Amino acid sequence: MERPAHELPKNWSLENAGDGRLLLNMGPSHPAMHGIVRILLSVEGERIKDADVEIGYLHRGFEKTCENVTYNQVIPYTDRLNYVSPFINNVGYALAVEKLMGIETPERCKYARVIMSELSRLTDHLTCLGASAMELGAFTVYFYLINAREDLYRLTDAVAGGRITPAWSRVGGITRDLPDTFAADTAAVFKKVRANIADADRLLTRNPIFNGRLRGTGKISREDAVSLAFTGPVLRASGVPYDVRKASPYLVYDRFSFDIPVGDAGDNYDRYLVRLEEMRQSMRIVEQALKQIPAGPVNHPGYGVTLPPKEEVYGNIEALMAHFKLTYEGVKPPAGEVYQAVEGGNGELGFYLVSDGTGRPWRLRVRPPCFTLTAGLGRLIKGGYIADIIASFGQINMIGGELER
Amino acid sequence: MTLPIPDFILLNKGPLVFLGVSFLKVCVVFGAVMGFAALLTLAERKVSALMQDRVGPNRASVFGFALGGLFHPAADGLKLIFKEDFVPRWGDKFLFTLAPLLALFPVLLLFAALPFGNYIDIAGLRINLQIADFNLGVLFILAVSSLAIYGAFLSGWASRNNFALLGSLRAAAQMISYEVALGLTLVGVLMVYGTASLQDIAQAQGELLFGWLPAWGIVYQPFAFLLFLAAAQAENKRTPFDVVEGESEIIGYFLEYSSMRFASFMFSEFIEIIVISMLAATLFFGGWQVPYLQASGFVFPWGTEIPLNHYLVVLLQVGSISVKTVFFSWLLLVIRWTVPRFRFDQVMTLCWKGLLPLALLNILVTGVLIWWLA
Repeated sequence: MERPAHELPKNWSLENAGDGRLLLNMGPSHPAMHGIVRILLSVEGERIKDADVEIGYLHRGFEKTCENVTYNQVIPYTDRLNYVSPFINNVGYALAVEKLMGIETPERCKYARVIMSELSRLTDHLTCLGASAMELGAFTVYFYLINAREDLYRLTDAVAGGRITPAWSRVGGITRDLPDTFAADTAAVFKKVRANIADADRLLTRNPIFNGRLRGTGKISREDAVSLAFTGPVLRASGVPYDVRKASPYLVYDRFSFDIPVGDAGDNYDRYLVRLEEMRQSMRIVEQALKQIPAGPVNHPGYGVTLPPKEEVYGNIEALMAHFKLTYEGVKPPAGEVYQAVEGGNGELGFYLVSDGTGRPWRLRVRPPCFTLTAGLGRLIKGGYIADIIASFGQINMIGGELER
Repeated sequence: MTLPIPDFILLNKGPLVFLGVSFLKVCVVFGAVMGFAALLTLAERKVSALMQDRVGPNRASVFGFALGGLFHPAADGLKLIFKEDFVPRWGDKFLFTLAPLLALFPVLLLFAALPFGNYIDIAGLRINLQIADFNLGVLFILAVSSLAIYGAFLSGWASRNNFALLGSLRAAAQMISYEVALGLTLVGVLMVYGTASLQDIAQAQGELLFGWLPAWGIVYQPFAFLLFLAAAQAENKRTPFDVVEGESEIIGYFLEYSSMRFASFMFSEFIEIIVISMLAATLFFGGWQVPYLQASGFVFPWGTEIPLNHYLVVLLQVGSISVKTVFFSWLLLVIRWTVPRFRFDQVMTLCWKGLLPLALLNILVTGVLIWWLA
């Protein structure tokens, strides 16, 4: 039986496709492509001559869905954006709505949000480094890092009641305050996280095989990284010290002293080092925040923003009405539009929100950091070996949830 | 030192005796190897679990007893037997079926040349504890192990899958390259002992240097041992040299295989671990020799003698090679779970620009030393 000729994909954009080079269809069903990205390669031996990255296998219509629910009902959906750092999404979205309403949350809430965001950054980077090490064959490191992440999940679980989908933040506040033992628990968990990161550091950072795989691969220059709108660790590894937490501080980030690690080569190895250092800086921030955090309420006192306390709902008519209106119609920001960016695990996570004055967003657009990174993936892998795709793809930390929404 | 016992003495007793004894030896070795390989699949999972803060497999149980996962090899085998036996539609069915056999057969054949003891006197026969005493045992090993390339290459070719084809290309290039390096690392040992028969090499390692140091290969050729370990690990296609499989890159040459066909690839890999461990033990760590154990019993350098029963001596010798094999298998597992994977071009660079010149240098230094000492 003769095999039928290749049928080329419709939206195909490879150069010199017909000149007899081997065409490789990598993904979406491929162990390293997370099941949702497809890379069409034309290879010469093991060298990649051209690559076409195709996304869209996990599109869920997040933005459209958000137009049909109230502002607070969007929060659980944001968990599913970057599911390894859900708190950052929660907080970023809540900040966008608060900015639109022109309100500020109490101090304690801001600190709590910073703490949970940084814990999320830790889980994000642990997952990224662990998974990319695993894809390079260092399976043991994966478990060291994932065990650390597990401890952090238990910590955040105790706060929010959910491991990867906490739905913790609310417009104008948070669902639950930090538990009393939180500071002590965090110190204990950080001790273990530091030990596990040190283990991974010793196994990888100076390992000649690991160095050989990451150094010089997936390289991108400073200018190219900026023009491709890269953000986050990938951009910083190229030598641009851009971090939303420093560039336009939100919450109370301007009150902590922390460093922004910056690489210079712009290769995968620098991305690895930047992430490794960022985890240490995140722990620094959390420790400072736990020292500074004031006592007090965590929710905005306004009746039109957060649900009033139950005693007041039963005790006075204004609170009862606010409760009713908030439950049925949700918060109603004035008509207008805002853009609020936070530093996500992968870079600038932006929420562009348009309100028409009703209880539902008229339009919510998310700027996911790994969208631009995945868009630039073709440039990172071109000219390299097939095996380098794994290193580069691991280090840009593509998260399907936020990439395709 | 006892002289090696050629098999033709047995042949003098009649061809039936010779065949019967040989058949018995084959059965014993085959059973032991298959059993150990099955346990090795469990060991791989348990060792990795220990290294990774996990519990490891412990679910398969018989009447509620899991025995630390001891039933998992059997459960895995059963599961694989009942999987769909898939043949790709556009593949070459004949070669596709042939490839797993070609992968498994040579590695099993290798045990013919590996001695697992000195000799045993039983029922008036003196039986050499080696299936076949080749006087070119080392060359036999190299020759037969290079046949395994066909299994790896044909599987990818016959699957008609681009990823499998890439895996095959890598396999062919890598195995042929490391074959050369592996052969050259062994030349030093051959020069030192002046023989290519593995039984003779094992015998020679029973002597004592300076009256107290066992004359093991590692003493003469420590550098060659390290080179051998690297080359053998690469020949075995396991991490850090598992670019052929590269489970997260190209999934490997057996991408299209399922069921027992896949199992035979996996199994041949585990059997190869045993071969490498046994070879390392035989060439560099005295093989079946126990330090200071002679045919009559222990003779210590300070004069103490402990006479031992012949069967006890045989048992100790077989136990010695078994313990050494288990140790090196464990070492290979630990290496596999510690380091990441090379890239394909780096593997080739390491072979041609690293191991090969070093092996040649080792030969040169060995030659000069032998000439100088002689």
